[in-house]
Amino acid sequence: MARIIEINGPLVRLELPGALLGEQVRVGALGLSGEVIAREGDTALAQLYEDSTGLAPGEPAEGLGHPLSVELGPGLLGGIFDGVQRPLEAIWQASGDRIARGVQIPALTRDRRWDFTPAADRLPGMVLNGGDILGTVPETASIEHRILVPPDVAGELLELAPAGDYDVDATLARIRMRDGTLRKLSLCQRWPVRRPRPFRRRNHAGEPLITGQRILDTFYPLLKGGKAAIPGPFGAGKTMLQHQIARWCNAEIVIYVGCGERGNELTDVLESLPKLTDPHSGRPLMERTLLIANTSNMPVVAREASVYVGITIAEYFRDQGYDVVMVADSTSRWAEALREVAGRLGQMPVEEGYPAYLGSRLAAFYERAGRVETLAGNTGSVTLIGAVSPPGGDFSEPVTSHTKEIIQTFWALSKELADARHYPAIDWLESFSGYVGEAAGWWAEHVDPDWAEARARALELLSESEELRRIVNLVGVEALSSEQRWSLEAAELIKEALLQQAATDAVDSYASPAKQYLLLAGLLAIHAEGLRLIALGVPARRLIELPVVAEARRWKTRYGDAELAALRERVAGLTEDFMKLEGEYAVASGSAARVAAEEGGQP
Amino acid sequence: MKNLEFRTASSARGGLLVMANVAGVAAGTRVGITDHSGRRRNGLVIRTSDDAVLVEVFEDTDDLDLERTWVRFLDEPYSLPVSRDILGRVFNGVGRPRDGRPPIVSGQHRDINGAPLNPAARAYPREFIETGLSAIDGMNSLTRGQKLPIFSGGGLPHNRVAAQIVRQARLLGEAAGDFAVVFAAFGVSSQDARFFQEGFEESGALERLVMFLNLADEPVIERLLTPRAALTAAEYLAFELDRHVLVVMTDMTAYAEALREVAVLRGDVPARKGYPGYLYSDLAELYERAGRIRNRPGSITLIPVLSMPSDDITHPIPDLTGYITEGQIVLSRELNAQGVYPPIAVLPSLSRLMKDGIGGDFTRPDHPRVASQLFASYARALEVRGLAAIIGAEDLSEGDRRYLEFAEAFERRFVGQAEGDQRDVYATLDLAWDLLSMLPAASLTRVSEEELAKHYKPGDKVTR
Repeated sequence: MARIIEINGPLVRLELPGALLGEQVRVGALGLSGEVIAREGDTALAQLYEDSTGLAPGEPAEGLGHPLSVELGPGLLGGIFDGVQRPLEAIWQASGDRIARGVQIPALTRDRRWDFTPAADRLPGMVLNGGDILGTVPETASIEHRILVPPDVAGELLELAPAGDYDVDATLARIRMRDGTLRKLSLCQRWPVRRPRPFRRRNHAGEPLITGQRILDTFYPLLKGGKAAIPGPFGAGKTMLQHQIARWCNAEIVIYVGCGERGNELTDVLESLPKLTDPHSGRPLMERTLLIANTSNMPVVAREASVYVGITIAEYFRDQGYDVVMVADSTSRWAEALREVAGRLGQMPVEEGYPAYLGSRLAAFYERAGRVETLAGNTGSVTLIGAVSPPGGDFSEPVTSHTKEIIQTFWALSKELADARHYPAIDWLESFSGYVGEAAGWWAEHVDPDWAEARARALELLSESEELRRIVNLVGVEALSSEQRWSLEAAELIKEALLQQAATDAVDSYASPAKQYLLLAGLLAIHAEGLRLIALGVPARRLIELPVVAEARRWKTRYGDAELAALRERVAGLTEDFMKLEGEYAVASGSAARVAAEEGGQP
Repeated sequence: MKNLEFRTASSARGGLLVMANVAGVAAGTRVGITDHSGRRRNGLVIRTSDDAVLVEVFEDTDDLDLERTWVRFLDEPYSLPVSRDILGRVFNGVGRPRDGRPPIVSGQHRDINGAPLNPAARAYPREFIETGLSAIDGMNSLTRGQKLPIFSGGGLPHNRVAAQIVRQARLLGEAAGDFAVVFAAFGVSSQDARFFQEGFEESGALERLVMFLNLADEPVIERLLTPRAALTAAEYLAFELDRHVLVVMTDMTAYAEALREVAVLRGDVPARKGYPGYLYSDLAELYERAGRIRNRPGSITLIPVLSMPSDDITHPIPDLTGYITEGQIVLSRELNAQGVYPPIAVLPSLSRLMKDGIGGDFTRPDHPRVASQLFASYARALEVRGLAAIIGAEDLSEGDRRYLEFAEAFERRFVGQAEGDQRDVYATLDLAWDLLSMLPAASLTRVSEEELAKHYKPGDKVTR
């Protein structure tokens, strides 16, 4: 009989003949859930997703015959699930404020009936393949849930249910498989989380993911289907940035995996999302969002599973032809869960106690991102954004350095910027994006052909200003030429008026691509105008005092997306702001004595 | 099983005792051990199998004679008896009285390990808690349900600051009467323990307070249980008696060191600086017990105090703490050396949830912008001070010299306050305006025009 032999923290040794590796188990009188991670003869070693306190040797155990898998079907969106896809809201109703152990509640509600419409051209007798659409269910007002033939099913359609209301278990279709067996299909299907869902081929060309965050979209773009990492020490605003992305990005589905992070942060997401509307569809954001929550105080093994649960659900929506963004906060906690289990298994640690397979696990996980042609021939994408929490903010630690090799876009958060209350605290020198070339095509076509050039010029100003800043710190601002002083000011202007963005400000929180470009172009125009005047002999000090320099800092909050025409007009009329000064100096132009007097007149 | 005594100890080493031939012992069970001299010790089952049960002995395994050691498995985890009467009491690390009064008699016992709160059951922290310290209330405000650690260093007065917060903390408005404090100190010297206990008794703070004390010479494993017992008491007060509970715990570094000591004994693989890989999860298990719950009036707010080894904020203990908590209050050695008490360095300090606890609904409408202005002006003032150190104060412009004076006044009068000085948040904000009035109105861009008109006092030359 299957029984417990030994308990060591979350690891239990079971007498369980014939157990499969990865098989789900129920253990003890409470029926705690877990999975088999090793086999030796008739004994199996399992890791538990729940706390093992109180479990005793001799208590019963049971193998369930299938690996950890998720339920996929209508009812996922707007929900909050734990690391092994148990519905937390339903668990709260059933077992109270604290998560009782051994609670088993299916992920998808059985109480609700869904309005199913069969696809028009699906007729009995036709051959269906995995990934084909059987029909649709309007899951939320913004998302139509497409019911797919599971990837491992193909054969002749014998029967398809008519339009009507069905629960997730009701049989919708019967299919005779090629080997002659019958398969019944319903609104819901299962898929093992550690196996990527299949697709036809990768589809590399793509468009940028617009997040409404200027430093991201304009400077370090990410493509739909791309891979990005957000590393940052604590207090650098990592979570806030991820929330902003989850709120404003132009994906159709957002999956937010809180992996070993703070409970209050998830509560913040849960309480704020229903009140916010999607700037792209005008619908409540919660309708397109799904949360996986394994907070830091929840069992560590389920934390390891949570990112796989998230990515599998993401792939499922991708297979329906949607653009999905998955945010994993934080992959470091996931890696630590790996480390903890590896340590208990006595595996040889390599760097900082992490097992040798850390790099390959991370790479395999990120590889599940991508823009693909689905089995049914549609296009869908999974964009993966992983937060990294490097100990002590040290980017050379194993998780950050492995991640850096895998991802294409790197949004490096800096403690210094955060301490200076510069948010989002993304370091413009340390960050990079491998997608700039592809993004440039999109910006040129949809916003302005000069985007790539303007972006490059702004970055040049920023990096030049670092150099100038060093000089100023050593020998003072007087050592700079007028042109250099003006460039330094322009870089400051770009930092304050463009890079800094207030998540809490109603207008500034989201900036459309058009607004982003207008601001960038406007600031560069101010710089260019100033340079022109400096050539006429105007000292930088006079330029810095111009009202337009202070005013430009408020453009981002003054002009919302409804007032873009006004902003465009404002930017177009910039020359006038410089006219008076120009007039003053045009007369005296060439008078070197006057310039010298102006420059030297003030200490 | 709890009535059976076993005498089957097969080996003992470094605080661990192996029991043979005991079947069916549950993981995490409490253990009572009696040695040949009749001395009783406590233990915990950390690993159990058909053949052997591994028991961690709190009071160490010294002098154990394996053949004359009797072990009883109590079939229950460590638990704390709870009732209304715990208020005003002082306990040791595992909940036994240390104030000479009788033990708590109650039919209600709570497992001190708690159980993880369902994230869906949480409510977001909101509303203000006043500590009476300007640097916290004004610029790094504490919100009900928040966890805000104090990062200190050896030799800095964090114990005095913690004690002052325990004495002064209060709620504004109607909820004021529902306030309680749980204070836990672990690994402290008996002198510090006396300082805390006498201070609270004298100030009358004890009647709304529950204290847990684990002294430096008491069992290391009890140090691991002390914060758990304290948080169990807090959970009872907050979520069963509807109190707003502030938990102050000192010193988390002693806790983490105890954890490392025990982990090494158990043979766990070390990660950073010898601390076990699960230090993060273990700290999170404690810190995440703070919070609010939907449809329940009470709340737990947590202030863990920790001394950063060698003042290194990247050391695993402050680092992992910072990743779990919602901000930090940093004490500065420099300010302390200048005689500023409490030596709170406001710039590296941060309260992430501040915005949800202040403003018109909770404190005063100008509070968020005044705080932002103080940050900006003080940051600017420190830049000027840095400049003055290079070129000399004489060569500063008139405007810059005003900033220099502002920095001085800000540190002495706003950050600095006496140990007995309880400033309410309105006094703190008025003081902030006094100081801001030292600067030109045109430079105060973070506050609104109306606020300037109302609160700015030009010409009101503030002197030290």
